[in-house]
Amino acid sequence: MITVNGKETEWHENMTVSDLLKAKKYSFPLIIITINGNIIPKNKYPDTKIPDGAEIKANHLISGG
Amino acid sequence: MPIDRGYETGNTTHEWDIAKLKAAHKVLAEYKYEKKPIEKGFAGRVLYIDISKLTFKEEPVTKDMKKTFTGGRGFGLKMLWDTIKPTTRWDSEENGLVITTGPMCGTTQYPGMGKSLCLTISPSTNIICDSNVGGFFGPYLKFCGFDAVEVQGKANEDVIIVIDGENSKITIETAPMEETNSHLVNEQLTYMYADEDTEASRQLISVVSSGKAAENSYWGCLNFSFWDQRRKVARMKQAGRGGLGSVLRNKKLKAIVAKVDKVTGELNNPVDVQKIAEVGTKYHKEIRDLDRYQCNMRTVGTGHLVEIMDDYDLLPTENYRFGTFPKASRLYSPEFYKRFAKRIPDGCWHGCTMACAKTVDGFTIRTGPYKGQKVTVDGPEYETVGCCSNMSVWDPDWCLEFNFYCDTYGLDTISTGTGIAFYMEMYEYGILNKERCDGLELSFGNAEAMLELMHRMARGDDGEFVKVAGKGIRRVKDWLKQKGWGDPQLIEDCGMESKGLEYSEYVTKESLAMQGGYGLTLKGPQHDEAWLIFMDMVNNQIPTFADKAEALHYFPMWRTWFGLNGLCKLPWNDVEPANNAEQSHPERVPEHVQNYVEIQNAITGWSVDANELILQSERCYNWQRAMNVWMGRGRRKDDWIPYRSMGPVTKMEYMSRQERYDKVLLEKVNVPEDKLKCMQVEEKMKILYDFRQNEYQKLADAVYYRRGWTPNGVPTPQKLKQLGINHPEMLEMLQQKIDEDEKAGLNAWGGKYSDEESPPTTDMKYWEKW
Repeated sequence: MITVNGKETEWHENMTVSDLLKAKKYSFPLIIITINGNIIPKNKYPDTKIPDGAEIKANHLISGG
Repeated sequence: MPIDRGYETGNTTHEWDIAKLKAAHKVLAEYKYEKKPIEKGFAGRVLYIDISKLTFKEEPVTKDMKKTFTGGRGFGLKMLWDTIKPTTRWDSEENGLVITTGPMCGTTQYPGMGKSLCLTISPSTNIICDSNVGGFFGPYLKFCGFDAVEVQGKANEDVIIVIDGENSKITIETAPMEETNSHLVNEQLTYMYADEDTEASRQLISVVSSGKAAENSYWGCLNFSFWDQRRKVARMKQAGRGGLGSVLRNKKLKAIVAKVDKVTGELNNPVDVQKIAEVGTKYHKEIRDLDRYQCNMRTVGTGHLVEIMDDYDLLPTENYRFGTFPKASRLYSPEFYKRFAKRIPDGCWHGCTMACAKTVDGFTIRTGPYKGQKVTVDGPEYETVGCCSNMSVWDPDWCLEFNFYCDTYGLDTISTGTGIAFYMEMYEYGILNKERCDGLELSFGNAEAMLELMHRMARGDDGEFVKVAGKGIRRVKDWLKQKGWGDPQLIEDCGMESKGLEYSEYVTKESLAMQGGYGLTLKGPQHDEAWLIFMDMVNNQIPTFADKAEALHYFPMWRTWFGLNGLCKLPWNDVEPANNAEQSHPERVPEHVQNYVEIQNAITGWSVDANELILQSERCYNWQRAMNVWMGRGRRKDDWIPYRSMGPVTKMEYMSRQERYDKVLLEKVNVPEDKLKCMQVEEKMKILYDFRQNEYQKLADAVYYRRGWTPNGVPTPQKLKQLGINHPEMLEMLQQKIDEDEKAGLNAWGGKYSDEESPPTTDMKYWEKW
């Protein structure tokens, strides 16, 4: 199990950041992902694996025109 | 892609006998003025035009005005304070229609610096509504020599005002033969007042107009034109909210024309133009390099939000019953991208490389007076598409037709779309039906009926339903209840209006902060003050009432600032620097905030920092709330919001998200699990209703306290003095209202607190110690 923005979320082996974003339908482009406090660059989302028990912050910036 | 300079829109062309139209004008009054150069962003004068008395008056912009009100919307508030009474109504002669600019308006070196801020007493709310708009009129008004103009009075027949900055002359003229609908009158007046028959000359004209439907509804918008040289079309942007177009047409003002002789990047006479260019160049590169990987504004504009809102269950559907819908993909931005003109760049003021003002050219109209004609449709913006989603109209071409007719008829797409969505829900329940709707079958998805309603408003149809429908949700709610049709509570809960203004297009049921972002606002539920849904609902970044109150202080103040200066706020947050993630408070996009600090200083010669920008806003924000109080609409009771904005009104809504709502009852309301399992849905809904209503009241408590207001939502004299506002009449009025509230027992917190919670303070006269 991992937490995303403080809420428990299902995890599976080899889950990447891209997998997580797809599962949560987090399609907003202005998003900042940290895993255990470390910022993950956007171009690394497909390759970055999320460890079990990780604390993820998916910080969406402000929208609304 | 290379720019196509031989581009043809394919639009239907019109043959106007401009000389004949002009010959029919009678000049009723003329005013010659001395044009002075703009100094450090300020023209230094505001203008009052009375079209009853046919008089003109200039007033200087004083140091105190700049210090207290900064510019733009702030100047507009001061001008209205000086000219209206608390009993003034939207259709009173003394109601002023104010168009303001701002010290940064007219800058061309940085994106988004051509906006105007317009104010009047709104027919929907009976308090001041402010609305921002692009196009060229704001900068041109300043280049003509005025920081703001207020139109008072009412004409006896349709007139136009022509502000000729080239010849330093203002006229009030009759205009009996011109069209009223904007896409035509803007073109006619542009051709009429351009010095030469060239595209460049036509671009020096900007027209403010509305349309026929604005005459017969409270939803009238103002259209601000800008001549598109490549398309050879008078395009337009809207000051949509609050019925400003209704006020324009109620005054029998058909249009206001501004004419300049040139546009350069230094007309504001800034202190340090090099600095502005340096900051601008850095930002242009950011847009060029990053936008396509971020919000893609240059390609699809604000329409990129449709698919995102659908993913997050925030896209209003069937009058906000739901936040997502299987058919929503038919309105995603790629569908509109197919239709957008792609071979020429877009923008609504010079120098804006965000260029997000998309258009569809050569669009064939299906209904109404322009059926069969091909036109340019400016848009659609996200809000317009959100309205179609809300009405369950899933065809992009109907969406474009809706967009076109709202614009040319002078209707606010948001109020019109949200209003009709409510009528459609009432139709579904049988509270409205074909007979009660003057023969219109206003069911969800019936685009033809929706457009026919708009056509009837434009024609001035005197059907009972058409007349009340155009006045908006609040009046229709009252009408339904007076007729005895339907459950009054259901009607109140479903109709998405607050203070009388219709909601804009975001579902807020799961974001308490955004419920406040709509309800605890000055003019009504427009998201320009705050957009906190992600911070709250998704990021879980503002979990406590104090956190939410802090966000509902900072963001409304920050976002208000754009309207004081003549700016578009999209460049602030719709693209972000590459290293924004590493900054503290990345949601504030601090590098862009610093850009604005530097540019305001470089134009005005001031020495402000980011904190001072917030104080500039806080002064105006509090002043506007105080004016609401003065006009009888600025207390806690006026910050009421309908339950559809907080939670599920109907069983269907609860069942569609049952897991979510049951979880709230378990975790937040502490309903025991075994009891929850046995409950009927109606019982669960009642518990949730009471819980969420109380949450909103506790939020209001926290927000009023943070803002320095009384528990009843009145700005305190102590707060205003802290901000440097020492206006005796205003302070005295506020103290009087606070004393009245005290006598009536209204200076009390509205939330009910459990043993583990506490209100913001137990000192019930906390403000007196400041």
